[in-house]
Amino acid sequence: MATTAVDVLVIGGGATGAAAAYDLARRGVRVLLAEQRDLSTGTSGRYHGLLHSGGRYAVRDPETARECILENRVLRRIAPFAIEDTGGLFVATALDPPDFPQQWVTGCAEAGIPTEKLTPGQAREHEPTLATDITAVYRVPDGSCDSFDLVHVFVNAMRLFGGDALIYHRVRALLREGDAVVGAELEDTRTGEVRTVHAACVLNAAGPWAGVVAGLAGLDVRIRFDRGAMIAMNTRWVNTVVNRLRPAADGDILVPVGTVCVLGTTSVHTDRPDDNTIENWEVNKILAEADAVVPGIRAGRALRAWSGVRPLYEPPEAGHDDAVGRAVKRTFSVIDHVERDDVRGLVTVVGGKLTTCRLMGEQAADVVCAQLDMDKPGTTADEALPVPAAPSRRYHQLDHRLRQLEHGELAGELICECEMVTRRQLEDAIAAYGDQPVQLDDLRRDLRLGMGPCQAGFCSYRAAGILQQMHGTSGQEAVRALADFVNERFRGVQPLLWGHGLRQFYLDEVIYRRTLGLDKLSWDADAEGDGAGDDAGIEGADGFTL
Amino acid sequence: MAGEKMTMNDNHSALIHQTAFTADHCLKCNICTAACPVAPLTPLFPGPKTVGPQAQRLREPGQPSPDHAVEYCSGCGICTLVCPHGVRVMEINTQAKAQMTETHGMSLRNWFLSRNELWGRLGTPFAPLMNFGVRSRLLRWLAERIFGISARGPLPGWAGYTFRGWWNKQLKRYPRPEPDGDANRVVYFHGCSSNTYEPHIAQTAVAVLERIGLHVEIPPQTCCGLPAQSNGDFTAARRYARTNIKALVGYARRGIPIVGTSASCMTAIKGDYEHVLGLDDADARLVAANTYDFMEFLWKLHAEGRLPLDFQPLERELPYHAPCQLKAHGMGRPALDVLDLVPGLRVWEIDADCCGIAGTYGYKAEKREIAEGVGWPIAEQVYEVGADTVVCDTETCRWQITSLTGTTTIHPVQLVAEAYGISLENYRPPVVSKAPAESPVAQKGW
Ligand SMILES: Cc1cc2nc3c(=O)[nH]c(=O)nc-3n(C[C@H](O)[C@H](O)[C@H](O)COP(=O)(O)OP(=O)(O)OC[C@H]3O[C@@H](n4cnc5c(N)ncnc54)[C@H](O)[C@@H]3O)c2cc1C
Ligand code: SF4
Ligand code: SF4
Repeated sequence: MATTAVDVLVIGGGATGAAAAYDLARRGVRVLLAEQRDLSTGTSGRYHGLLHSGGRYAVRDPETARECILENRVLRRIAPFAIEDTGGLFVATALDPPDFPQQWVTGCAEAGIPTEKLTPGQAREHEPTLATDITAVYRVPDGSCDSFDLVHVFVNAMRLFGGDALIYHRVRALLREGDAVVGAELEDTRTGEVRTVHAACVLNAAGPWAGVVAGLAGLDVRIRFDRGAMIAMNTRWVNTVVNRLRPAADGDILVPVGTVCVLGTTSVHTDRPDDNTIENWEVNKILAEADAVVPGIRAGRALRAWSGVRPLYEPPEAGHDDAVGRAVKRTFSVIDHVERDDVRGLVTVVGGKLTTCRLMGEQAADVVCAQLDMDKPGTTADEALPVPAAPSRRYHQLDHRLRQLEHGELAGELICECEMVTRRQLEDAIAAYGDQPVQLDDLRRDLRLGMGPCQAGFCSYRAAGILQQMHGTSGQEAVRALADFVNERFRGVQPLLWGHGLRQFYLDEVIYRRTLGLDKLSWDADAEGDGAGDDAGIEGADGFTL
Repeated sequence: MAGEKMTMNDNHSALIHQTAFTADHCLKCNICTAACPVAPLTPLFPGPKTVGPQAQRLREPGQPSPDHAVEYCSGCGICTLVCPHGVRVMEINTQAKAQMTETHGMSLRNWFLSRNELWGRLGTPFAPLMNFGVRSRLLRWLAERIFGISARGPLPGWAGYTFRGWWNKQLKRYPRPEPDGDANRVVYFHGCSSNTYEPHIAQTAVAVLERIGLHVEIPPQTCCGLPAQSNGDFTAARRYARTNIKALVGYARRGIPIVGTSASCMTAIKGDYEHVLGLDDADARLVAANTYDFMEFLWKLHAEGRLPLDFQPLERELPYHAPCQLKAHGMGRPALDVLDLVPGLRVWEIDADCCGIAGTYGYKAEKREIAEGVGWPIAEQVYEVGADTVVCDTETCRWQITSLTGTTTIHPVQLVAEAYGISLENYRPPVVSKAPAESPVAQKGW
């Protein structure tokens, strides 16, 4: 069993863990980040995409509102490449409480959020799809933020400062010596290999799983799991973030993100950190609410739906034991387990927003450094992050790939036609993994492969072929990889099977089942023959079942 | 969009967004790409699906569109026609071209090509000189080198007189009696070409209408705007369109049909004004709803039992090309239907999507070869049967077919006129008999 030693082990490759690891590395700490899957695949990869101005929290949660507007400015400064400055609108309709806007304006002013009142006419000139019956509109400095880019850049910058990250490495045990946590056991989820990491301090940034991780040290951290669903529409519909100007409720926000417009979200109490279900009422609710602000959008093409789990936490001393969902504040907590449990070597950071991840990372790093007896201050707000070397995913610039394609910067034939991924791009991305295993889903996150309207209907078999050629995997493995990817994509469209989505699904089914016979190809000795293909439903335990 | 109408049709830009939003319907089935006549001929054009619904998702409203590839779309509209899911591909492409023209400006060449109405008028008094210029190899070579107007592009010649001039003289010499009511009135839209380059076609058309017993009205009008539209100059195209709508709407309100012999002008009025240019008001719609392609109108008259069938037999067999712009009407092949009524006449359709010229596309030096490639199947079939005349409803297509095949090309109305025994020499209108408004043999609900 391999053994390594570092100063700090950060658990969790979401926005919070990545920001904290970067912060620590800048302070000269030797840091290792462990992520059980790929970077930004937890809540950070399943979020709404909004760089909050704080307006949403101005009335009910002023602390979060203040944190948001401050961090909004910081992130724009240090990570401009991950942010599209869409600006935001808060829009009240005739259905919304008429006294709320005044309250909200006051809240914003107190939190330091700049607002600018527009007439409905001005707003519609700017965003012609807005409803004609809107009653009040304000402009705020919202933006949209690409969490994949942000997290990757935090991690790359951390590496420049001497840190390291292990993806597909799950912390399966924390090592305790007396009243101290002294390291962890990591398991490579792809090979099963186990390694031990000794660390002077472990930072638990496992998001919704923070309670599970704390449990590995025998500690009790109770996370409230709050699930929210989102729907991506095929085109942008709006080019500005549109928020409903009313007390926070379901389906309040439309965010233009890259090529799509993301509608959301809901707030459902759940008991699992990995609960990614979506209920029908959530889909209906989100579309209906968006339709009140952008009439007609409900009839547009919904591309895919997903849900994420907010890790909400309020310290027991706050006395809101029974608060759930939107009543729980969105502020974050840094738990110093020395203070709370008399256990050294472990710090937990949880809650907050993606917008405030840098601040969370900084404050967590402060507590970690205190345990290490260091008193170097954090400097992440001072300096811009290095611009990513390969801006392959810079999707917040809508026409980026169109422009590249036009200027011949993207060589090779188109593999993913919807998101304009060429053969060369794909090959470069595969090559970047060296001899590490690569899944089609990794390439999806790297390049947005298969994220467009056909939801991988036309690109996945092409990409699977190229991947197999380059990696020399067996035909069986390639078929399995293809089936996994296709099933995963289809899971995203399942809640949206009507109209366009349904038609596309039928066409894709014809391609995968009737033409390629993917449901008839077996890749395991024990998953023989067909049979599996006869079940309706997307997910198959042992085969491609569409 | 998507079946439901957005609540803002008071606003042009919103409607344009609706055409853009039809990109939502695309299933990536590639049917349009397989049908596009341009895509297989040049690596510079990735095809309708790519530059249409796909690129549309990546274009930001109000922002310059970066993909010049879309300029290789000829605008033939076959993609829109074949798309089984209602994506207005050609319309999306044309709007993208306009977005590009708006940011990058318009080349002198494209401006020149989109002002055929102006050249038609200005050149008429100097027809011999102009025709010499158009036929001079040296001048054409220079025009290609300097402006990029293909030396092989089949530019028309000037007739030296205008159809409107001829019509005014007709009215003076043989004043037509005003009919009672509107039932037997028809408006003729001649377009630019039939006014200055091929006035004999407009004269033939009017003569046929009069032979049928209709009272022809020819209000002042201008270019339909299609050349400006396909070159991305929406400002000019909308100006032309507005002028025409204003001139025609009074007739449309009275239910008087508007007919024209240029299938491409008619498709502009019927469809493009709304779906490409975004003119969505009641007047525009009313005009569109009352507009007919000439042969479509004759077939409609026949269905109503109003088309005299006393045709002289014509013992001829002729190939016919249905222009892509005519296919875009979605009305079948009325020319074939009508000509089938003429005894002895056998007109068969050439199997080809598009002749390649696509309005002004085939006059552009860098696109000429593509245009010839697209039209080549027509030449092959015409050569195979050794025909000397080809029938076709649109002027630029006729010129293109002549340049590809060396044959004479005619409008189907010319055959109708021949079968009616109409001669334009010393033309005088037939005595207008007061035909009953409603024919006893009317067949309703065809
Ligand atoms: C529906 C929804 C919408 C949202 N919208 C917004 C928004 O618009 N704007 C905004 O600012 N915020 C938004 N948020 C909040 C924001 O997404 C989260 O606050 C933020 O992403 C949390 O990041 P994190 O790094 O703490 O957690 P995560 O991103 O979940 O990261 C935790 C990581 O830890 C890893 N991990 C867990 N256990 C282990 C283990 N044992 N070993 C190794 N790794 C482990 C997980 O795989 C995961 O990657 C939204 C949240 C939700 C649910
Ligand atoms: S309009 Fe014609 S040339 Fe243009 S994309 Fe469509 S089919 Fe091809
Ligand atoms: S535009 Fe229509 S024909 Fe073309 S790929 Fe899309 S759905 Fe198919």
